[in-house]
Amino acid sequence: MIEMFTKGMARNMYYGGGVFFFLLLVGLTLDTLRELPQRDHRENITESVARGKTLWEENNCIGCHSLMGEGAYFAPELANVFDRYGQGNEQTFAAFMQSWMAMQPLAIEGRRKMPQFNLSTAQVDDLSAFLIWTSRINDNDWPPNKEG
Amino acid sequence: MKFESQRVAMPYFIFALVLFTGQILFGLIMGLQYIIGDFMFPYLPFNVARMVHTNLLIVWLLFGFMGASYYLVPEEAGVELHSPLLAKVMFWVFAFAGVATILGYLLVPYAELARLTHNELLPTMGREFLEQPTITKIGIVVVALAFVFNIGMTILKGRKTVINMVLITGLIGLAVFFLFSFYNPDNLVLDKYFWWWVVHLWVEGVWELILGAILAFVLIKVTGVDREVIEKWLYVIIAMALISGLIGMGHHYFWIGPGEYWLWLGSIFSAIEPIPFFMMVMFAFRMVRQRRHQHGNEVATLWALGTAVMAFLGAGVWGFIHTLAPVNYYTHGSQITAAHGHLAFFGAYAMVVMCIISYTMPIMRGRPQGNTATAQKLERFAFWAMCSSMLGITLALTVAGAWQVALQRLPEVGALSFMNTQAKLVPIFWVREAFGVLFFLGLVAYLSSFFVSGARTVRTATVTEESTEQAAQKVCCGSCN
Repeated sequence: MIEMFTKGMARNMYYGGGVFFFLLLVGLTLDTLRELPQRDHRENITESVARGKTLWEENNCIGCHSLMGEGAYFAPELANVFDRYGQGNEQTFAAFMQSWMAMQPLAIEGRRKMPQFNLSTAQVDDLSAFLIWTSRINDNDWPPNKEG
Repeated sequence: MKFESQRVAMPYFIFALVLFTGQILFGLIMGLQYIIGDFMFPYLPFNVARMVHTNLLIVWLLFGFMGASYYLVPEEAGVELHSPLLAKVMFWVFAFAGVATILGYLLVPYAELARLTHNELLPTMGREFLEQPTITKIGIVVVALAFVFNIGMTILKGRKTVINMVLITGLIGLAVFFLFSFYNPDNLVLDKYFWWWVVHLWVEGVWELILGAILAFVLIKVTGVDREVIEKWLYVIIAMALISGLIGMGHHYFWIGPGEYWLWLGSIFSAIEPIPFFMMVMFAFRMVRQRRHQHGNEVATLWALGTAVMAFLGAGVWGFIHTLAPVNYYTHGSQITAAHGHLAFFGAYAMVVMCIISYTMPIMRGRPQGNTATAQKLERFAFWAMCSSMLGITLALTVAGAWQVALQRLPEVGALSFMNTQAKLVPIFWVREAFGVLFFLGLVAYLSSFFVSGARTVRTATVTEESTEQAAQKVCCGSCN
């Protein structure tokens, strides 16, 4: 049987299979891009949310935290931090963020430390807006509970 | 070595191993930070150490792939490398860009690095594995284009063997998919969706083509098995890699925004991703069993077999254990993910680079049949030390991940917080760190093996009588008996 399967057939399987499944991926991507606006609620991406994402990136938050489960696993998941500490109230969460960011690094010996990033009040509000928007993305109900 | 120009591979390999050593040292620091949370804080915060650890990995593997290509493409094509000078210049450009970027991570706060490199002009920084300043990313594109051009021109001039064609497809794919790293919209979901077009389509796509081509090249050289047989296997393996892996990308789309059908597509296709890796194991062992000569570089054969086995375990088995959506719902972003990441990157990519280094470095140093027996013995010890300690790291992280899931993810009421869970895992993190130290000792032994000269006890190429007979049986029509 192995002799029946020639190198030419193997080559066709590689080029044919590769091209077919790549095109299928492109097609599924187009379909997903069509569906995404209902799931990511992009109409709520305000300038503040966008600035918050830039702050998230320019301080390399992903180097310790995870966001929707992706990133490092050294510090808590933050896509649901609004659900965890906001009690459903955006003002409560923004106030929590202001005090929490100001407290860093916590003076507890041996505990993992978050650096003090010296963000302004407005910047911390932008970060809160970004995390609140992120928490409302339809991510198929992940994570399983609020602990992330 | 057929051509003098193949020798440009040497600085690439040496520098790759230097960066590899740096990667492991930063890994050890991070391992300690998992135990003593404020270790080296604020001088080396965890995020900086991690960025250095992962970026060094990516860069040293790229150096390894480039070195491998510069060595094997001229030999396969049967012509000199198109431009050895360009290869040398690009080595220094890439080395400079790499070192400058790592120093940037270490010496200034990341936000300051973003400001200094004008990230606001084209924001691409601050995403996992793509932390490099935009200017470095542009440098990577320039180096990749010059490299693909050099390799492509060499192939155009010479024989277009299957290995060369598969390799160049992989390299072009590597360069093309990296371009998605410049796409960074305000919408996090779109950002993440196309971030995977770099990360997944590299490591579970085009890099597998590069891996397959390098492994096939080494197997042809050390076993002497007919090229036709090896090429057929190579085609089938990489075909299965693409057929499973392209839509298998769906396993990354479960929980980041895309729709529900990805739960099915990702689960089904990524469940078949272990198949090409299993075939690679069968392939490597079968080729070695059918070998037609006993190459003097026995340890290179060991690396080839080891790469196939460890890649299957790391990418195949450890990928499968958490790839089905109902399982991944609980394990996503836990220490299980870390376990898989470590064994897969080491088993597939770190090992294939060490495999080609093991085969080619002795040749480039004037030892066509491999290093001395003493040096090979030490390298063999290093192989086993690194493989077994990486398995130790992986098992420790798997236990840590399973416990993390049990404490933090599974309970519907009374789940422990992330930080409290991590505190419970400290004893396991000690085990991981101990295996990390063993790994480092294995690496030291590996590096030392390059400096062992010893007595000239190298076996010459012995076409043994049994193997000649076996070979004859395969082609013999019987009429001369």
